[in-house]
Amino acid sequence: MAKIAKRVFLLIMLMFIYLPILILAVYSFTSATQIGAIRGFSMQNYITLFTTPELTDMIRGTLFLALGSATIATILGTLGAIGAFYSDRKMSTLISSLNQVPVVNADVVTGFSICILLVVVLHVSKETFIPLVAGHVTLCAPFVFLSVMPKIKQMDSSIYEAALDLGATPFTALTEIVIPQIVPGIISGFALAVTLSLDDYFIAMYTKPAMFDTISTYVVNATKGSQTTIKTALWALSTVIFAVVVLIVVGMNVRAMRQEGGSRAETK
Amino acid sequence: MQFSRKNLGIPYFIFLLFFVVAPLIVLVFYAFTNGQGQFTLENLTGFFTDANTLGTLFYSLAVAFVTTAVCLLLAYPIAYILAMSEIKTKSVIVMVFVLPMWINFSLRITALKEVLTLLEGNLARYPFLNAVVGITYDFLPFMILPIFTTLSKLDGSLREAAMDLGADKVQTFLQVTLPLSVPGIVSGVSMVFLPAMTNYVVLDMLYNSTYIMGSLIGSYFSAYNWHGGSMIALILLAIICLFTLLTSDGEETGERGGALL
Repeated sequence: MAKIAKRVFLLIMLMFIYLPILILAVYSFTSATQIGAIRGFSMQNYITLFTTPELTDMIRGTLFLALGSATIATILGTLGAIGAFYSDRKMSTLISSLNQVPVVNADVVTGFSICILLVVVLHVSKETFIPLVAGHVTLCAPFVFLSVMPKIKQMDSSIYEAALDLGATPFTALTEIVIPQIVPGIISGFALAVTLSLDDYFIAMYTKPAMFDTISTYVVNATKGSQTTIKTALWALSTVIFAVVVLIVVGMNVRAMRQEGGSRAETK
Repeated sequence: MQFSRKNLGIPYFIFLLFFVVAPLIVLVFYAFTNGQGQFTLENLTGFFTDANTLGTLFYSLAVAFVTTAVCLLLAYPIAYILAMSEIKTKSVIVMVFVLPMWINFSLRITALKEVLTLLEGNLARYPFLNAVVGITYDFLPFMILPIFTTLSKLDGSLREAAMDLGADKVQTFLQVTLPLSVPGIVSGVSMVFLPAMTNYVVLDMLYNSTYIMGSLIGSYFSAYNWHGGSMIALILLAIICLFTLLTSDGEETGERGGALL
């Protein structure tokens, strides 16, 4: 009895989470302009999505921005974490606490304060993309720092010492010994940075060039507009992103299970 | 100059000074000056004497409290059932619950809006309800994940010990499992409470109204009133600091409780 109740509860929650996305996915394959209306099958939304320059530009721009700022954030955050770990205690604490500020701060405040500093005080034009990229790097780098730091702490420091004793320069020891050991942290930091940048609305809103849109800022404007062809093309976009996310997550799980199976076989 | 590992942190330190510290200093400066650059407390007193801004503050606190409570009441049982279940694939099932995290929030809210419009008609008729539903829909995964992580790391033998010593299921839950899961609850609450106070775009998308703290910044921003906007940002920062202090206290007691056991 209790078991059934649990299952029913989980099922209801899954429905709450997934029904809206799935309903939208179904309707994206019809010519209906609002859900509830029954219309015939149509691929028009997908054609519009991939052939309207405004839409394709916006998607490409969002991806470039995410990959670009995540790359900068990963380099800065990783070097920052290594540097902070090997600095004296005072400096290390200072970097770690400053790193915490954007993490706990509201995105609205982060975006607004960067906009004021760069645009209002220093007169940097938003059209240069500098405020936007700076904002996204500020959003992402602290999370890279946080995912790299534990890996550095877990690292076996004697290997580094051994490399130095065997004649490696500190720089070679860093690139050959330290970096390879923290790669998992760097990769998950980068993935997190891409996700954060893709999902951001507020920082982009306060710092983006007038004619540039990310998916978030574009969709928010489109829901308020009355252009139904764009509105329903976004249903198609939602469905495409949903499919991509499902594929990535399934792929990661399959890989993790295989690796688990592999390592288990090795220990035997 | 000789290469040293600690110098690697310098670029990031400078970056933090420029993009984290400097913006906050500018924010404080703007909050306490007027258009002519003279010192003034007008922005501060203006906030606390204006019925509209004060109302917004209390309204968004109410939205944040209710939303956080709803998220917790939904997420805890989900995390608990999954963490306690015997199935081997439970980490995959949790994945199913938190997967929407990776879909752009604006597209998810669009989907929710379509469904709610079908059910309710005009969404502006029930602003409070729809605010809570919308933000819950957006942030529920962020509450499930930390609670699940904490619960699945719990040492099962503690529960068994409690049962052996004569506690019934409810007592075991209330006196062993629940206190030990406090760190997960705290980090979940901090992931939901602050966005619920500031993330006005969800409400804006649902029913074109933005009666919540974050939106005040937005409206000052649109009006190019940097001084008023800075003051709102500063007040939000104060709330965030207060909240962070409170929750880090909770985390410590949680850890201490765990250490004692």
